[in-house]
Amino acid sequence: MVTLNIDGQDITVDRSYTLLDAVREMGITIPTLCHHPDLSLFGGCRLCLVEGSGMRRPAASCVTPVQEGMVVQSSTPYLERLRKTNVELLLSDHPNDCMLCERAGNCKLQELAYYYGLREHRFEGDRRIYSRKDNNPFLQREMEKCVMCGQCVRICDEIQGVGAIDFAYKGLWTKVTPPFERDLDCEFCGQCVGVCPTGALTGRIWAGKGRQKFREVDTVCSYCGCGCILTLAVKKNQIARIYSRKDTINEGMLCAKGRFAYEFVNSPERLTRPLIRTAPKKDWQLNDSGRYAQVKPERSSTNSSGVFREVSWEEALDHIAFRIKEIKDVHGADAIGGLASARCTNEENYLFQKFMRAAVGTNNVDHCARY
Amino acid sequence: MTNSIEEIKNNDLLLVIGSNTTETHPIIGLQMKKAVRKGAKLIVIDPRRIELVKWSHDWLQLRPGTDVALLNSIMHVIVKQGLIDQSFMDSRTQGFEEFKDTLSRYTPEYAEEITGVPRGKIVETAYLYANAFTPGIYYTMGVTQHTHGTDNVFCIANLALMTGNLGRSSTGVNPLRGQNNVQGATDMGCVPAFYPGYQSVDLSGVREKFEKAWKTGLSARPGLTATEMTEAALQSSLKAMYIKGENPVLSDPDIQHTVKALKNLDLLIVQDIFLTETAELADVVLPAACFAEKEGTFTNTERRVQRVRKAVDPPGEAREDSWIISRLSGKLGYPMHYENMEDVFREAGKVWPALAGITYARIQGRGLQWPCPTRDHPGTQYLFKGGFPKKRAVFTRVEYRPSEELPDLEYPLVLNTGREQFQYHTGTMTRRVKAVNKISPEAYVEVHPEDARKTGVDHGQMVEVSSRRGSIRIRCHISPRPLKGTVFIPFHFKEAAANMLTNTRRDPVAGIPELKVCAVRLEPVKK
Repeated sequence: MVTLNIDGQDITVDRSYTLLDAVREMGITIPTLCHHPDLSLFGGCRLCLVEGSGMRRPAASCVTPVQEGMVVQSSTPYLERLRKTNVELLLSDHPNDCMLCERAGNCKLQELAYYYGLREHRFEGDRRIYSRKDNNPFLQREMEKCVMCGQCVRICDEIQGVGAIDFAYKGLWTKVTPPFERDLDCEFCGQCVGVCPTGALTGRIWAGKGRQKFREVDTVCSYCGCGCILTLAVKKNQIARIYSRKDTINEGMLCAKGRFAYEFVNSPERLTRPLIRTAPKKDWQLNDSGRYAQVKPERSSTNSSGVFREVSWEEALDHIAFRIKEIKDVHGADAIGGLASARCTNEENYLFQKFMRAAVGTNNVDHCARY
Repeated sequence: MTNSIEEIKNNDLLLVIGSNTTETHPIIGLQMKKAVRKGAKLIVIDPRRIELVKWSHDWLQLRPGTDVALLNSIMHVIVKQGLIDQSFMDSRTQGFEEFKDTLSRYTPEYAEEITGVPRGKIVETAYLYANAFTPGIYYTMGVTQHTHGTDNVFCIANLALMTGNLGRSSTGVNPLRGQNNVQGATDMGCVPAFYPGYQSVDLSGVREKFEKAWKTGLSARPGLTATEMTEAALQSSLKAMYIKGENPVLSDPDIQHTVKALKNLDLLIVQDIFLTETAELADVVLPAACFAEKEGTFTNTERRVQRVRKAVDPPGEAREDSWIISRLSGKLGYPMHYENMEDVFREAGKVWPALAGITYARIQGRGLQWPCPTRDHPGTQYLFKGGFPKKRAVFTRVEYRPSEELPDLEYPLVLNTGREQFQYHTGTMTRRVKAVNKISPEAYVEVHPEDARKTGVDHGQMVEVSSRRGSIRIRCHISPRPLKGTVFIPFHFKEAAANMLTNTRRDPVAGIPELKVCAVRLEPVKK
């Protein structure tokens, strides 16, 4: 353990700590753009500067290990001036797009500009303008807005293990890009979108769906069995975007399906009313004895228009109840079977098997555990 | 899973069998990569060069359907080299002496002949697994979807038992469940032989308990499994089916067979969020709510019960499944009255004590892993700590048996089916997502370059794949991923449905169909 003094207070921490860890443990906020606790140390944004005894000049706290007896200040007029200048330098080459940017209101750079009261640019010079747009279907990449924090590069490599992007070029023209500036071609997990502090990386389907005043609903992903916790950001009875919090069992990580494949919820093809078949089953017709019989060789059907008629719930359920009773009377309850669903909730599945066993009277109930 | 997802990172050896984890369970895949980065050794047993192979210490590329021979051989080496955990077996297992004899003929040389895995790799795997401190076995449908799927799972259990690799943190046997609530659906008794909580329907004491709880008489006859229902429908002994949120037309083997069976029913009720291929055959279609439109719980692969919350309203007159079921039940003279979903969950906890300690209030945040019998129980992170429920676990004798349909001159290739990364299952949801369709627009068959050369097909060309059940036209992807002599088709696409080709033969115990092995032929499409 190591004891040091931060802003006049002593603190004892593990020797593996960085100054930033120690400062944060004391509950002091210090701005950063490039630091991520699960990723390798970077020290790029120079916002977490601290000064103190034994330091010749201010040091980035995120990459400075703690030492016994250090005396450190996390905020002084000089440090604030340095931080402000650094933010100004980032803004000098940042498009003035907050009006339309998907991240407005949830952007670390915007927040810093607000905090330091920066409206005018003090620095003039070259600006990055990238006309080549990435055409991948999931991620909107606007590299003019990139602040080179490198979190996307590191999370892609160090957590996802894909390494789809890296820094290319030098100086002002440094840019995070897939190899040879091709379109992004990766797993589209969107881990990079999750860590991006600005509007450089957003989801394409977020566009125009609202960016603030969301109702946030925590729920469970409905795809595979990992059980990732999703936060659905809801606006006007629509899912505007999906993300995941850090303190979940999935540690905030999601896959392409969990993060981006929710468009089906609002699909115009959703069933909205109960349907009862009017046309005979394809290639089958009622014969004289009142039963369906095959008249043509079978094909799997794809077109269903004119096959069903929309009915009320009352009519649909009455119809089903009547038919089930009829079949049960003639053939017994074991002539009826039910398939529950691995997609539905525990409660619904409990009710379903109870329905089959108690209301219908058969143990013929199963689900797709085998497929 | 006997263990938890967060324990994966502390494995020092991971044995991944028949699971394309990074594509089918991406977040569990991340934990496996984390373990490898921390120094764990990963051994992949799979006929395909899946992405995990990149991360592996060793890759055992076995011929499809030869798992029993491979696993028995690994155990053969463990027994022969004295790597067994005798004290674990003395206190917690039985039947090892009788079981041991079955392994004697599975020498690495014999297994190499059957599986195609070099004997050296078999020996190394045996040593690595038996000597590891915290080894975890992970498997999915690559193990189970065989006519000897149960045997494969028995082999895995035997392997873990003889090395004492069960009942500790990060050490166990972990089937990864493929769907969000497949664990919960089974827990809740949506299986023909069990009431909620795996309580047998044919035990009279158990039945009486449920008769009392549900206030009605219950049938003592175990019901039919899904695959048996298809058969029964075909033979007209099953007259009606009520299918909720499933699409067996695309997910079950041999589509023509399934369609014929479903058409033969007098009454088919399908309750779903879209007009699926199955719903198209229905007599009545009921519009249901999707996951974002209802309250309840899902149980994930690590037995964790988590809260599902309503975010948006269902479209039009679509309703929660619970509403539909209880209404229908009332009309059949068995009313169901519940104030809310927690009422239902509480009832499930009353009939199955493993859930009794879980309340909605307790799972606001992270959820709880069953068994959780009391209100102050913290949930169970891993199973079998300190012992098995039946006192002693039994070794099961298993002999290798080839798959039902092997390649021959007419159908010389083996077809393997499965999922790919972007699409999900029968595509009902993901194929209605534009971005997913752009990145994964159509079905394809993965063909080994040598097989492609032999059959004269080119990359990107349309080819015809046929089996004894049917044939499909599909885009050819020449790829180094499949084993020579095998092809792979993802089953998400209805236009070129892999299950037109697959075999309906089932495992005699579990009733699972052999979706991972059938014989097919590949030809260029004749102009």
